[in-house]
Amino acid sequence: MAVLFAVLAMMVRNVVVNLAAIGKEFSFGFLFTPAGYDITFSPFIEYTSRSTHLRAATVGVFNTLLVAASGIVLATIMGFILGIVRLSSNWIANRIVYVFIEFARNVPVLLHIFFVYGLVVILLPAPKKAPSIWDLFFLSNRGFFVPSPVFESAMWIVAVVLAAAIILTIFFKRWAKKVQNRTGHRYPVFWISSGAIIGATAIAFIAAGMPLTWEIPVLKGFNYKGGMSIKPEFIALWFALSYYTSCFIAEIVRGGILAVSKGQTEAAYALGMRPNRTLQLIIIPQALRVIVPPLASQYLNLTKNSSLAIAIGYMDITATIGGITLMQTGKEMETMLIVMCCYLVFSLTISALMNWFNRSIELKER
Amino acid sequence: MANTTPSQQTYLPGTHPDLPPPVSTSGVIGWARSRLFSSPLNIILTLLCAGFLWIIIPPLLTWGLFDAVWQADSRKDCWAQMDVPEGGACWAFITDRFRVFIYGFYPEGERWRVNLSFVLFVIAALYALYDRMPARRYGLWYCLAFPFLVGWLLFGGLGLTPVETNDFGGILLTMVLGVTAIAFSLPIGIVLALGRRSTMPVLRIVCVLFIEFIRGVPLIALLFVASTMLNYFLPPGTFFDLLIRVLIIMTLFASAYAAEVVRGGLQGIPRGQYEAADAMGLTYWKTHRLIILPQALKISIPGFINTFIGTFKDTTLVLIIGMMDPLGIGRSALADAEWAGLAREMYLFIALFFFICCFSMSRYSLHLEKKLDTGH
Repeated sequence: MAVLFAVLAMMVRNVVVNLAAIGKEFSFGFLFTPAGYDITFSPFIEYTSRSTHLRAATVGVFNTLLVAASGIVLATIMGFILGIVRLSSNWIANRIVYVFIEFARNVPVLLHIFFVYGLVVILLPAPKKAPSIWDLFFLSNRGFFVPSPVFESAMWIVAVVLAAAIILTIFFKRWAKKVQNRTGHRYPVFWISSGAIIGATAIAFIAAGMPLTWEIPVLKGFNYKGGMSIKPEFIALWFALSYYTSCFIAEIVRGGILAVSKGQTEAAYALGMRPNRTLQLIIIPQALRVIVPPLASQYLNLTKNSSLAIAIGYMDITATIGGITLMQTGKEMETMLIVMCCYLVFSLTISALMNWFNRSIELKER
Repeated sequence: MANTTPSQQTYLPGTHPDLPPPVSTSGVIGWARSRLFSSPLNIILTLLCAGFLWIIIPPLLTWGLFDAVWQADSRKDCWAQMDVPEGGACWAFITDRFRVFIYGFYPEGERWRVNLSFVLFVIAALYALYDRMPARRYGLWYCLAFPFLVGWLLFGGLGLTPVETNDFGGILLTMVLGVTAIAFSLPIGIVLALGRRSTMPVLRIVCVLFIEFIRGVPLIALLFVASTMLNYFLPPGTFFDLLIRVLIIMTLFASAYAAEVVRGGLQGIPRGQYEAADAMGLTYWKTHRLIILPQALKISIPGFINTFIGTFKDTTLVLIIGMMDPLGIGRSALADAEWAGLAREMYLFIALFFFICCFSMSRYSLHLEKKLDTGH
């Protein structure tokens, strides 16, 4: 024990001595000086090269969150589809997915990212020859261009109505559940609530005078102007991370469904349940208990792997403050401390959310 | 109510007409019927998959094998040898650069040391993995000595010419990083896992903090720490070479994951085992050495191999801090004007290397799982 503390104390002392020796001081003052580098992809925050390092770091945090969140969604969807196909009795589909999964997950994710990035940049045409859908969406090697919404001031009415509709639906759902528990009468909850949400929002939208216009991307010179652009770096990173992680998720889903004993299915059929109701009410709730804990660790892996963005120049937190800012200011200690703290916060948040979800589905023993 | 189904009809014994034979459930046709065409949805799926394979496989084979060129001096030479320029793969790129892919920039005259190390590695792997090798007892001692023996061979010193660590590259670098991290992560992981379950609060907290910190942070951030600031934590004046720093970080990273695997194994041991050991009057260390760890490590082998595969794949990340792993070698070779633009061939070659290594590890883990499954 004493040895441990001695080592820790030694390390702290070494840091102080070493930093003093090369004339560096430990301070976060650099965060408020102009960054002086460009970030090409910043969909949420205004950023110019005159912005501060702090702002660059914030852009990085949002970019990491964006690719991690969209990656988690796509990986989950693809993972569940692949996992279910792996269980199908169809031999040829089963084998194709098996080969894909084994190949994708036994190759480093960095290689996948480079490969997809190469494909995106090489295969997609230059902006002038880009294929488009109704001249609204353009897919080129400079990115995927989509019309961007321009909200007018009356849009807040629609937002309020949408929020109110969602809250009311939640209450309606609880009430319907109570009624079902008491009397056995079932309301078509799904249809009523989705109708209410979509209908109310649409009526509010028309009543407010359609306060929404679209800015359409137009080809000017060598690139598009206007609209929203999704950069090829983002597409490559997002897609590569998603399919790589989806292979692990597929195996987890397969294991989870196989873990539900066959007797459960047979008992449900014996009670006269239809196959899709059996899947929905008997198999999936039990399989989820097995699936969710390892799924959480895959989400964590995806978030951590998103730091490989730096390899293809997608400006996430590691590439902005841990990469360029570190090189420019030479503040290794401070920048790495910020980067690590960010990832620890992301990891802890995902763990907490998944633990909460896990508790809500786990076996209730009374 | 009139019911005219044939079952109503009665036959005298022996007069029933022959029924058609039942649908075949065995043989090729029966197999195809049940595995490919059992329902309309399955038929559509089968046709879609067959169409997909038909579109993908023949062009891939033509590109990768039939129209490929294996010997050429440059990309232009490659295209010149093909019927359709750029219609096939130019594997000549890989064969031309094969030595760099394997040895990196290891000095020409000293490459026998790398070859010898690979041979020693294969022997060590055989002794560690197969229990039917002759003289296995001594073989296992050899496995323990192996990292130090090969370390001496590769880095030099003590009679051998020292080799700059900057010259390490390619598959050699991957193997050095992977094998070192894997070999040293095991004992450190076990110690960390025991520390995490210890009853001494300070030790437990330190272990938990270390494990959770390493697992919560991406490897890339830790590699940046290794490349820029690890020296700050060491006494003034000491200097470690970049490769050594990366080795330390990769080992610590792998051991945090290994620790969680061991913890899983330890949690699988029933309390009765501890209590029985206590009742026999065994000390803490004897309990663990003789009773707990042999059982716990056995059930954590599949988990270990999973983290090994992860560590092995993660060695590619050193590319980002400027070390020349196979991917780094390949990307710098692409910058050469003679071979520019052959990215597909390069990525496929490296993917194949990692696939063979990782897939065989995962197969071995399945084999062990079956072998060690002593339950009924």
